[in-house]
Amino acid sequence: MNCLICHAPYNPLASWQHFLTLKNADCLCVKCRGAFVKIDGEICDICGRPFAGLERSHRQGKLCADCVQWQKDDEWKDVLTKNRSVYMYNEFMKEVVALWKFRGDYAIVQAFQDEFCREFYRHFDNTFCIVPIPLSDERLYERGFNQAKALAELLALPIYEPLCRRHLEKQSKKSRLERLRTENVFRLSEKTSLRGKHIVLIDDIYTTGTTLRHAAKVLLKAGAASVSSITLARG
Amino acid sequence: MRFIVDKGRLIPETLAKNDKDAKPISHIDFPPSIQLTPGFHYSAELLSFVEGRQLLLEELPFPLDLIQAHYEHGYLSYEKGIVKTKHGWRCMRCGNEDGRFFASFPCARCHTVCTYCRKCIMMGRVSECTPLVVSRFSFPQSRYLSPLSWNGTLSEGQQRAADAVENAIAQNGELVIWAVCGAGKTEVLFQGIARALEMGKRVCIATPRIDVVRELAPRLKQAFANVPLIALYGGSEDRGKFAPLVISTTHQLLRFYRAFDVMVIDEVDAFPYSVEPMLEYAAAKARKEKSSLIYLTATPHPAWQREIRRGTRKAVTIPARYHRFPLPVPSFEWCGNWRRQLKRGSLPRNVMAWVQSRIETEKQAFLFVPHIDVLEKVVRILKQLDERIEGVHAEDPERAEKVQAFRDGRIPLLVTTTILERGVTVPNIDVAVLGAEDDIFTESALVQIAGRVGRSAQYPDGDIRFFHYGKTKGMVAAKRQIERMNKEAAERGLLKTQ
Repeated sequence: MNCLICHAPYNPLASWQHFLTLKNADCLCVKCRGAFVKIDGEICDICGRPFAGLERSHRQGKLCADCVQWQKDDEWKDVLTKNRSVYMYNEFMKEVVALWKFRGDYAIVQAFQDEFCREFYRHFDNTFCIVPIPLSDERLYERGFNQAKALAELLALPIYEPLCRRHLEKQSKKSRLERLRTENVFRLSEKTSLRGKHIVLIDDIYTTGTTLRHAAKVLLKAGAASVSSITLARG
Repeated sequence: MRFIVDKGRLIPETLAKNDKDAKPISHIDFPPSIQLTPGFHYSAELLSFVEGRQLLLEELPFPLDLIQAHYEHGYLSYEKGIVKTKHGWRCMRCGNEDGRFFASFPCARCHTVCTYCRKCIMMGRVSECTPLVVSRFSFPQSRYLSPLSWNGTLSEGQQRAADAVENAIAQNGELVIWAVCGAGKTEVLFQGIARALEMGKRVCIATPRIDVVRELAPRLKQAFANVPLIALYGGSEDRGKFAPLVISTTHQLLRFYRAFDVMVIDEVDAFPYSVEPMLEYAAAKARKEKSSLIYLTATPHPAWQREIRRGTRKAVTIPARYHRFPLPVPSFEWCGNWRRQLKRGSLPRNVMAWVQSRIETEKQAFLFVPHIDVLEKVVRILKQLDERIEGVHAEDPERAEKVQAFRDGRIPLLVTTTILERGVTVPNIDVAVLGAEDDIFTESALVQIAGRVGRSAQYPDGDIRFFHYGKTKGMVAAKRQIERMNKEAAERGLLKTQ
């Protein structure tokens, strides 16, 4: 077999477990698989940021300093119930995400299948409503696919798309403050009732949490009971 | 992007009045091109951007309706990016037909499950709904009078090859230059390139290796001081430009289409990669239908060697180095089951002795090993002998620093996996291979490795030792190839007579 990411030939580990449970062999070589770092250990209760390697001053009890700020703001308090992320956004993940999302190598998503699903079911279950963060129409055309939706599809649960997104310049060009100030780019695409629904937003990367909170706000306004999120990586 | 067909013409759905039958371009049968409309007021800016190229729409900084108008008047054409074949798919940009390098996705551009090529994805995605835009029009090419400002002299062997190159270029022929490592291949091209530029031809030198592009560009710039030259590789500033003299890596070449009158392919069979099918495809696509094709190689493929010997493939050999000393010939030395020894944390005694004697006599050396895991173990053992010994491999982040340290003499012996360091010509070194029987050491790889030794005129000799656990055909063929070259050089009187 050839590795899905580096294309080097490798021998997938075949054990009795694979044989007996019909579990699929890994589509990545040992080296590429090992280059992803999963998030575990102590994390911020809200945003899922790992506390390991974080300065003490950035932590207050069970929360990170960023989330403390969010919670102090009446407008944003408890908008996002919790976020969980599967991997650290390390150099390797940056490279892979660039290949997947910007170069458009859709097939890469398969590499995240097992661990993304496992992380989802660790915190949520199939009673939650799955909502991928949408792209603007322009961006969707440019990329050819929505990476958040590709992740959502890994879960094999019904997907809801109640949101649409206005086209803005690329986020990465803006600072955190600018992002905080920007008005909400999301709106409800149709009059759908979300009354009483528990929602899990899906996105590729949690950086400042602004995008997810903006989306969450719109959903709460439409009656959602709670909004949480899961992302592939935590920046 | 989807198209509709109206009176034999393709129209992008966004420009069509009625888009209900829009389909991805790969699903449409359409005539190859439209006749050129004389008198059409074309955009010279657009046409010179596209000339000799095959580009994605997103690579063209022009509005779609302008592009479409040029298509409708026959100045541009759209081509399928992915084509269905009997066994699967073919990417028309990079030539990939390997099923493992195709994948499908739900495409937001054409609303179908769209197959794309993963092989050339780094240059932007080509999928079933991706049109490739090519030019159907070319501007007159400028001629350069006596463009060559180089005034070095060629050896006898080089001169004969240079004449053959010039001939092939003038007659749009095909030619292999088989030149031993250190023969001075680049200079052999100068005379022919000069002739091509005088005739108003466009010349491309293609190589799989980015290091070669970087090394060749300044030398050619110096030799052809008044001719615009561009060097294309990932991240180079010249991307998107065009010039009468182009040096390019495989990937960058993929964006060209029927652009060159002279195509020179350097380092055919460059170790460790035997000729990439992608380079072959890219070069074929980037050449004009009527053009010359020159291959430069130090170690042609065995099949080519046979054809050359039989005379069915036109070739010129340069069997001697420019300094006119014969090539040093490798010797074989059995070293037992070195892998087992390595597991126990030691190296065969004769290998250790070889290394020790280089250290003692302060002669620098390369030690080639087959794989990275072997490399790490070997370095650990040798460091006990001399702390300064280092290992380097293709993906080593400190590769450049270590190679520089070796050049500066700060590292007495460098253990290495690949011949990526082949550009490193350090005078007066010895070379050994540990595990020369490994599959990775093909005939051409071993010839290239041996070619590291004796490159300078002051130190034309050196030791080449292949430590092995069972002689292979590749080893024997490599030695025979070197000896044969020496014999031919002697017969042709290309060697110094003592």
